[in-house]
Amino acid sequence: MLETLNWIAAFLTLGTSIGLLLSRDWRWSLAILATQYLGVFWLVHSHWPISMAAVKLVTGWMVCAALATTLRGSIEQPASETAWPEGRLFRSLAGGLIALTTFALAQWTASWLSISLAVAWGSLLLMGMGLLHLGVTIQPLRVILGLLTLLAGFEIMYASVESSTLVAALLAVINLCLALAGAYLLSAHTMEDSK
Amino acid sequence: MSAPAIWIFLPFGLALILLPLRNERLTASLASGVTLLLALAAWLLPIDTAMSVGSLSIKIASSFDILGRRLVLTSADRLLLALIYAATFFWFTASAAIKMAHRLVPFGLGITALLVASLAVEPFLYAALLIEMAVLLAVPPLSPTDRSPGRGLFRFLIFQTLAMPFILFSGWLLAGIEANPGDLTLVRQAAILLGLGFTFLLAIVPFNTWIPLLTEESPPYSAGFILWMFPTIALLFGLDFLDRYTWLRTAPQLPNLLTIAGSLMLLTGGTLAAFQRHLGRLLGFAVIAEIGFSLLTISLGGTTGLNLFFLLFVPRLFSLGTWAFSLSILKEQAPSLRFSEVKGLGRTRPFAAYGAFLAHMSLAGLPLLADFPIRQALWEGLARQTPNIAWFVLIGSLGLFTGAIRSLAVLSMAPEGTRWEVRESWPQRIFLALGTLALLILGLFPQWTTLLLARLPSVFEHLGH
Repeated sequence: MLETLNWIAAFLTLGTSIGLLLSRDWRWSLAILATQYLGVFWLVHSHWPISMAAVKLVTGWMVCAALATTLRGSIEQPASETAWPEGRLFRSLAGGLIALTTFALAQWTASWLSISLAVAWGSLLLMGMGLLHLGVTIQPLRVILGLLTLLAGFEIMYASVESSTLVAALLAVINLCLALAGAYLLSAHTMEDSK
Repeated sequence: MSAPAIWIFLPFGLALILLPLRNERLTASLASGVTLLLALAAWLLPIDTAMSVGSLSIKIASSFDILGRRLVLTSADRLLLALIYAATFFWFTASAAIKMAHRLVPFGLGITALLVASLAVEPFLYAALLIEMAVLLAVPPLSPTDRSPGRGLFRFLIFQTLAMPFILFSGWLLAGIEANPGDLTLVRQAAILLGLGFTFLLAIVPFNTWIPLLTEESPPYSAGFILWMFPTIALLFGLDFLDRYTWLRTAPQLPNLLTIAGSLMLLTGGTLAAFQRHLGRLLGFAVIAEIGFSLLTISLGGTTGLNLFFLLFVPRLFSLGTWAFSLSILKEQAPSLRFSEVKGLGRTRPFAAYGAFLAHMSLAGLPLLADFPIRQALWEGLARQTPNIAWFVLIGSLGLFTGAIRSLAVLSMAPEGTRWEVRESWPQRIFLALGTLALLILGLFPQWTTLLLARLPSVFEHLGH
């Protein structure tokens, strides 16, 4: 039963990470990110007690709230990003490639760390999608979403080898600081102009 | 009272208090006063030893427990603490003269406290988490004021963040190696992860592209502070790894790896500096070369290498500080620091132009300036061990030297008949005069820093003895 739920969480992260890659509207992006943290919470829960795993969920939702508060009422960002192909088909294909590659890697990682395949795949998938996100954008919000996704993937894997309260606290603070840094980068220019 | 409370929590608390303050002079004065006191306290007060003040007996405890782990600052760390806070004092004191105190000081103080915590935390691997927090705090001071943040800041954020997972995972593997030292597969995996982590953290080729971009886009003084502080702490963190793990310290490939990484940094930093057309980017390439110099000193091994590594600290502090301060003054007068836009600025800002040139020359290793004696000792050491690498050092230094000559030519190039004027404010003139004087004095009397820093290598239990 637990393994089935782990697979459901892993597929949830697949859906959300591809959704993050494709969505252009910040409201959708943040809603998808908040859902992604549900999957992260469940995958971390397979190694940590529920009280500590819940920290990931609460922190993740606080991150989404902080970013949403900053972006509310802001002018829509232009869609154009970099010289990379911007089409949804390209991103879907790249996301699919990452999903397949990480699945292949997950089998080795699962046996190396003695963790379930679903947890290993969920973790590697988020790290891979985060890196892909960082590689195809220079927009502040997109960079922050990419870093948060990358960190979420790392946190799932690191939870399987480390259960220190201090590490959990510091990682939570890092996630929150990342959201605050993102909020600053999104609004600093406007704030300086309004002075 | 404990040492972590004094040298970590107190400055961090002050940083929070300073954040809402708007007064430039007050912010700079408060932060400078406290950092100077912290430096003096680290220099004078013993840790874990009872002191009698009248009828009172005071003892500063070395450790502080937090969530089941500890922050530990022992007597051996006192000199390092004094150096870090004295350097912070140097950066903060001058910040008000270029109206950077409000932007830099609160965040800079927070960053310093977190980086000191990264040196104190046990298990020491958690330092990667604290360094990442400091990286995130560096975002506001590095964010440009006149436009949206550019690629340099994002790459800084991404590459420094990527370092953390690699270092934390390598730490987990290193714990496994301690339990099972014969497992060569584990050793190889740990070494690869650790190498990748430090490649990102120290911005080693090819992950150093963010440095010139950052110095081009960000306020020069903030960039200078961050680029002095982060590589210094990251290198100390790296040395801590070498000090703790015998297999790593004694690995026969280590000196070669350090030499290759160091010479590549120096070669790329130096040669690319010769072709730049932006004063900010020149600073960035000089920083890349400086990281290369530090890696080369460590590659020499033994106490000689470690002594040279620490001796680089003070000249680098004065060179980068004076250079960044000068560039901030020049940037006030031009839309950007491109050669085409700063042409002839030396005629109206001679102190700033002279400061930037002298600091640049010092980092290039010009004789009689602060960095030269250490460069000379490094050359001697390298020529004895690996003569070919000494040539790389020479080429790198020549590149930096060419960049300095070109920037001097641009700054003094003005239409015929343009009069020389001094438009810097008095505080700016005083700070620039003190900075350049320090560069000259340290070049003439290098033994003064040797006396001050002679005990620093003892911070490391195995490497320093």
